[in-house]
Amino acid sequence: MKSILTEQQVSLSIKRLAHEILENHLHLDNTVLIGVQPRGIYVSDKIVNELKQLTSIDKIKYGKLDITFYRDDVRKELKIANATDIPFSIENKHVVIIDDVLWTGRTTRAALDALLDFGRPATVELCVLIDRRFNRELPIHADYVGRTIDTFPSQKVLVHWKEKDGRDDVVLV
Amino acid sequence: MKLSTSHLLGIKDLTKEDIELILSTAQQFKDVLQRPVKKVPSLRDITIVNLFYENSTRTRMSFELAERRLSADTLNFAASTSSAAKGETLLDTVNNILSMKVDMVVMRHSASGAPHFLAKHIPAAIINAGDGINEHPTQGLLDAFSMIEKKGSLEGLKVAIIGDIMHSRVAQSNIYLLNKMGAEIMVAGPPTLIPKYIKEAHGVRVEYDVMKALEWCDVANVLRIQLERQNQPLFSSLREYNLAYGIKRSMLDKLKKEIVIMHPGPINRGVELDSDVADGPHSIILNQVENGVAVRMAALYLLSPKSN
Repeated sequence: MKSILTEQQVSLSIKRLAHEILENHLHLDNTVLIGVQPRGIYVSDKIVNELKQLTSIDKIKYGKLDITFYRDDVRKELKIANATDIPFSIENKHVVIIDDVLWTGRTTRAALDALLDFGRPATVELCVLIDRRFNRELPIHADYVGRTIDTFPSQKVLVHWKEKDGRDDVVLV
Repeated sequence: MKLSTSHLLGIKDLTKEDIELILSTAQQFKDVLQRPVKKVPSLRDITIVNLFYENSTRTRMSFELAERRLSADTLNFAASTSSAAKGETLLDTVNNILSMKVDMVVMRHSASGAPHFLAKHIPAAIINAGDGINEHPTQGLLDAFSMIEKKGSLEGLKVAIIGDIMHSRVAQSNIYLLNKMGAEIMVAGPPTLIPKYIKEAHGVRVEYDVMKALEWCDVANVLRIQLERQNQPLFSSLREYNLAYGIKRSMLDKLKKEIVIMHPGPINRGVELDSDVADGPHSIILNQVENGVAVRMAALYLLSPKSN
């Protein structure tokens, strides 16, 4: 087991990601943030909190997207659906999709398909805490990255959160 | 998490957890149905045949819509226009259809147990859309979904099932489901239409006075009089049935509380339910139909075949 990010590094990475998003979307007035269910929500909740403190805007448009029904592996295993909650229109908005780990790119593909069923956004960007840059299976890249790592397919990246696992860190096993 | 069964033959075979999983998945699909694009690609590449050996409007259309909203490919089969009329057996018909690479079968049949027979002989996942006087599981599930939507929970909810209990697969599925989910159940109607040992079999209350049943319940699920299944007269006339057992607006106005009126359709207006009740503020009949699509999407999604 190898540590990738410690608690302090997770918190610093999230702060940096929030700053980077703000750099490109200065007033957040035409920007919406979308966390990917279930585990991307832990990252997006924290980024949104950070953005609230940075900007004193409390009406950040923030939604949650479940991609279960858009997966391409329905014949392999059953996934249980989570709630999708996007209480605003994404038509012509700049969308930032937020997830914890980008690896094969298939989840992001499903998230894009799911998102486009809600309307036609102006642009879509991707923000991830961890980018496993090898073994991508689709032409997808992240615009905001907490940490890029090199991994073998046999390895697993575990992202832990205090709310669920009792600690904030990222490890490679 | 997954269902404990690979077919949906009846509520009888489901666990409480199965029912909760189907209902919570149905809630997600109900949200999908409110979106600008009401379709998801979940069952792309899954082929489903709708095998209807008995007439149906709501159930068949509801299943077909659910399948299309899930992006499945659908085949429709109606016994009256098929080779079944030439004498082909059920098993032959289904095996022929399956050899065309069909993954799931939605089936309605006038013989109780027909889908159970099929489940023993074919590899595809089977969903019972009503078999004779046995069960109609997706109707039971959508009734439960609608009750929960309206009343919050089934635990301790008082549900009266009123009318032709004897010939009703909807009643049977409702009783199994409500018992598993902790609701209190009463069946009410004429003695000739209530099975003799239903109290002993299912632990339900029995009442022959419909007004008393309405006074007791939170939800009244009123059933259709199934004349097509009655091969001997069980009550004197439809008019007399309406006078003694029909639900009228004046009865609801006498109650000291608001109750919910449900009906699985098709309604015999002026027999078991008067029009001003069916179309009135107590009725959630059209919500039941709307919820039916989401519940069937959930059942199809959860039972779709897995290759591993």
